[in-house]
Amino acid sequence: MDIDNIKSQFPIFSKKINGNPLVYLDSSNSSQKPKSVINRLEYFYKNEFSNIGRSIHSLSVNATNKFEETRMSVKKFINANSKDEIIFTKNATESINLIASTFGQQYINKGDEIILTELEHHSNYVPWHYLRESKGAIIKFAPINDDGDIKIDELEKLINSKTKIISITHLSNVTGTIVPVKEIIDIAHRKNIPVLVDGCQSAPHLKIDVQDLDCDFYAISGHKVYGPTGIGVLYGKKKWLEKLPPYIGGGGMISEVKKDKISYAPLPAKFEAGTMATAEVVAFEASIKFMQSVGIENLIKHEKELTEYALDKLKAINSVKLIGNPKNKAGVISFTIKGIHPHDIATILDEDGVAIRAGHHCCQILHEKLNLNASARASFGVYNNKEDVDILCKAINNCRKVFDLK
Amino acid sequence: MNLKELYQDIILEHGKSPRNFGKCTGHNHEAKGHNPLCGDQVHVYLKLNADKNVEQLSFEGSGCAISMASTSIMTELVKGKSLTVAKNLVDAFLNMVKSGNEMVTKDLTEEQKLKIMSLSGVKQYPMRVKCATLSWHTLVSAIDGKKDDVNTEIIDS
Repeated sequence: MDIDNIKSQFPIFSKKINGNPLVYLDSSNSSQKPKSVINRLEYFYKNEFSNIGRSIHSLSVNATNKFEETRMSVKKFINANSKDEIIFTKNATESINLIASTFGQQYINKGDEIILTELEHHSNYVPWHYLRESKGAIIKFAPINDDGDIKIDELEKLINSKTKIISITHLSNVTGTIVPVKEIIDIAHRKNIPVLVDGCQSAPHLKIDVQDLDCDFYAISGHKVYGPTGIGVLYGKKKWLEKLPPYIGGGGMISEVKKDKISYAPLPAKFEAGTMATAEVVAFEASIKFMQSVGIENLIKHEKELTEYALDKLKAINSVKLIGNPKNKAGVISFTIKGIHPHDIATILDEDGVAIRAGHHCCQILHEKLNLNASARASFGVYNNKEDVDILCKAINNCRKVFDLK
Repeated sequence: MNLKELYQDIILEHGKSPRNFGKCTGHNHEAKGHNPLCGDQVHVYLKLNADKNVEQLSFEGSGCAISMASTSIMTELVKGKSLTVAKNLVDAFLNMVKSGNEMVTKDLTEEQKLKIMSLSGVKQYPMRVKCATLSWHTLVSAIDGKKDDVNTEIIDS
């Protein structure tokens, strides 16, 4: 795979950060954008903009078609059964909130149980916590082991007649754990429990096949898949989405409005109220095309090689402690350095143009479990190469110099 | 800006070996503070005597070099001062790190002033200002006997 060519498609890499070339190792937070996506946004606003689905005029018809083309592309990208199962949202956070709210309204009562895991991002905990507050639901956390793998037998033991839904991440944004979601879904389905998969981190790194996984819901953020901000996807099995009540009310999601009653539009419009992030949805198709042009198998192979290279290099630095050692790990590497707080690491690395994340990465439950207040995290995108890893390691050694550590 | 201006030796030294760490004996005021964005936490303990002087001042907590050093130096400089002076020092410090002005105070020796001004470099790093100010806000909270924990996202915004 020609990484130089791929990197050259991302205009941001021509910028200097503090006088140094940008080494962007924060793709788990948000990925950078290829030219094709930026151009698509601009082209749409310059030549094709109109609101969708409301007007008869040509511009609106064309914009609607483009919007729906992205829906078809997403359907293929995750291998959904029907385009009606693809709902556009603001981001994965909103996708999860949508299900927690509507599923909760319909199916969760006092004392009912929701199973999460200790790996979850706050966006796959807080929306369920609302049900604890509003409905008296009980939230249980499936534990992880020291390596950062979910103890699946323990998760299975948490399931009982009160369990109403299981919501799990596909890929941890801290330990890089690739969760065997298919196995968990099998276990859940044997007991007729639906499963939501938070695919925020996995969508840019793994091949997603929602029919093979047989998940009931799948949440994606566009901005992590080389797409624009403000666009997310909720996949839901048709049988569920048809049964769930609408989420946000307004224009576009109704069928008929009378003074005494309102009926709702069929899927997918039922869950898409108001003017959507139209240009962003249209441009998201360019992100999917970009992923396809790289080839998901190539991308997986490249990131696997890069991750192994980085792990070897980081392990060779004595003061670096890696967080988690999962069976299957993606290009997300969290670490601490003895004697230097992660915030100080991030500030010092930034001086060398190296962008990492420091803090709890919206995973306080996980950090508490690992007895950490904070960690530093380097995460890869398709544009990263071994040179980036070498610069990271050099910058880490510089941290130790600044702190006068041996 | 040179990193050495931010991470001066005195900051690294206080960061590694903070002074007045732990619960001071006889404390009659305390407050907790945290920075929810990064997870830094501080717990300030102080003993106010009958003359309204800060007889003892100490802290527990964890955080980056900037926050540990800022807290450590704060306890050194404020200990032994009257309540009024303590509050004036807090104001002068907050003014220094936020505005970039010098530390304006008559209540410290030149040597103490130099020590505290080692933290002035933080103003060049907007994301790190809260690391330096957390414990100072928490000190005020302890003095005033406020019940709610200090939250940098509320107090500094």
